[in-house]
Amino acid sequence: MVGHIAMRSIDRPDGQAARPTLGSVAGASSALARDGRSLPDTPPIKAAAENFSFFYGQFQALKSITLPVYEKHVTALIGPSGCGKSTLLRACNRMHDLYPGNRYEGAIRLLPDNTNLLDPAVDPIEVRMRIGMVFQKPNPFPKSIYENVAYGLRIRGEKSRSVLDDRVEEALKGAALWAEVAHRLNEPAFALSGGQQQRLCIARCLATDPEVLLFDEPTSALDPIATASIEELIDQLRQKVTILIVTHNMQQAARVSDFTAYMYLGELIEFGETRQMFVNPVRPETEDYITGRFG
Amino acid sequence: MIPADLSGIQRIIRRNKRRDLIFAIFGFVALLIGVLTFLALFLQMAFAGWERLTPDFFTSFPSRRAGQAGILSAWVGSVLVMLVTAVSAVPLGVAAGVYLEEYATRSWVTDLIEINVTNLAGVPSIVYGLLALGVFVYAFGFGQSILSAGLTLGLLILPVVIVATREAIRSIPQHIREGAYALGATRWQVTRDHIVPYSMPGILTGVIIGMSRAIGETAPVITIGALTFIAFLPESPIGPEFPWVNFEWLKSGFTVMPIQMFNWTSRPEEAFQQNAAAAGFVLVLMTLAMNAISIWIRYHLRKDIKW
Repeated sequence: MVGHIAMRSIDRPDGQAARPTLGSVAGASSALARDGRSLPDTPPIKAAAENFSFFYGQFQALKSITLPVYEKHVTALIGPSGCGKSTLLRACNRMHDLYPGNRYEGAIRLLPDNTNLLDPAVDPIEVRMRIGMVFQKPNPFPKSIYENVAYGLRIRGEKSRSVLDDRVEEALKGAALWAEVAHRLNEPAFALSGGQQQRLCIARCLATDPEVLLFDEPTSALDPIATASIEELIDQLRQKVTILIVTHNMQQAARVSDFTAYMYLGELIEFGETRQMFVNPVRPETEDYITGRFG
Repeated sequence: MIPADLSGIQRIIRRNKRRDLIFAIFGFVALLIGVLTFLALFLQMAFAGWERLTPDFFTSFPSRRAGQAGILSAWVGSVLVMLVTAVSAVPLGVAAGVYLEEYATRSWVTDLIEINVTNLAGVPSIVYGLLALGVFVYAFGFGQSILSAGLTLGLLILPVVIVATREAIRSIPQHIREGAYALGATRWQVTRDHIVPYSMPGILTGVIIGMSRAIGETAPVITIGALTFIAFLPESPIGPEFPWVNFEWLKSGFTVMPIQMFNWTSRPEEAFQQNAAAAGFVLVLMTLAMNAISIWIRYHLRKDIKW
């Protein structure tokens, strides 16, 4: 496993505590473009925000965020409400494009092809086809369980019933839901419990093999038992897919993530390996938040 | 004054409950006024026209002798005109509503359109009749036909359908939309697979409200030249040979139920008044039947749609 994150050990000449800088990630990701690894002791980078700023109209919600997302690892975004963590997450699949008046600056690059997801020339639909998203409130479509999972495949033009059947089964197994729904695939998705619905939404994403999965506070509408099952699932999914998760629950971040980014007022305050960040944060603001003295 | 002791609290509760009861009574009376008025009218028509409600009444053309007159041409005309109305207004209204909600970006232009659409719903129906007389009957050369009448009434209920469509679409939670977009769906795929199916119950409600209004409309249909005395049927929409449909009926002259009623009520003989009552009774039944169908469809569509 990973020892520590290089950028946390960067000593800034001005004596400030280490903060991720453009140089650290951009350098890392461009290095990755050549040899697939950023630094000897970190996993390959799957995606990276580079000097990414975001504006809701005149209001700047994100200020020059630079953040790596490591392949097949779980990166958690934490911070108090309104810190911009969901905004950052939703930028990764261009959800902000659905609403007028939003503006991106900088880049979020997806590797290995180094595509800037925010480039106006890049179709947001292409981005969303590569990056899946699970929402705060389970949002299955008012259709059958089967149709929910098959939908992503259908809009990609898959018509073969046998292919759909196989992929639906595979996705439901991947989301640890198959055993519970195998005998009632044609029942409406709303017949499922909240936790099952959320796993259905995860299966819906998995069916199309996304490169990155975004989770936007996926358990905030669920009870503790359903939450545990989702966390367990995330733990299994990290083997197959890169995960970026927003959570307001610090224990959850500690439990499920390999890396944690602490955000405050639209800025990335600290990024590091979760274990280290929770035990020994570099920045005092992070420590205050993690220890519950604020937020 | 905030009560200090238990008896004070109880007194306040009693007073509040009394107000509750007063409103409940008032609301119930208000409800009764509406329901009883309708029932009284309906029953009065039913009793007055009861004797005339024989099978012959439905299968006979109007006649100078009240006892032999029937509503065959009227109810067939109403059904065919409603068919044209539905076929023209539903796709146009739904498409316009979907466009305004899902496609159009908000600007002063869409605001202007929105205000206009809402206002159109309040335009007196006779104005639609005059418009249709100029446009459909003369400019397009459709003549005084079922097609002209259906399109006129379609235009009349278009705003209702648009508004109902928009309301129904707005009631779809945003996170359902986002879920579909997040999978990589295009706007058209989201519209076709989600927005339209999920808003169908609401749209249908609007369509039926519109149709119930249209089926009772007299003024615009008279304006475009519906006949009041008709002793023939339009050609059957079902043809004898392939492709088994026939559109000749669209060009046919016609009458509709309310016009037939109007014609009979304007006659002095008591027997024709009876006919009018019977026709009114049938017209109300037709409206109720449409409502029943929409409730049934809505129930079946809504079963699986929960947010």
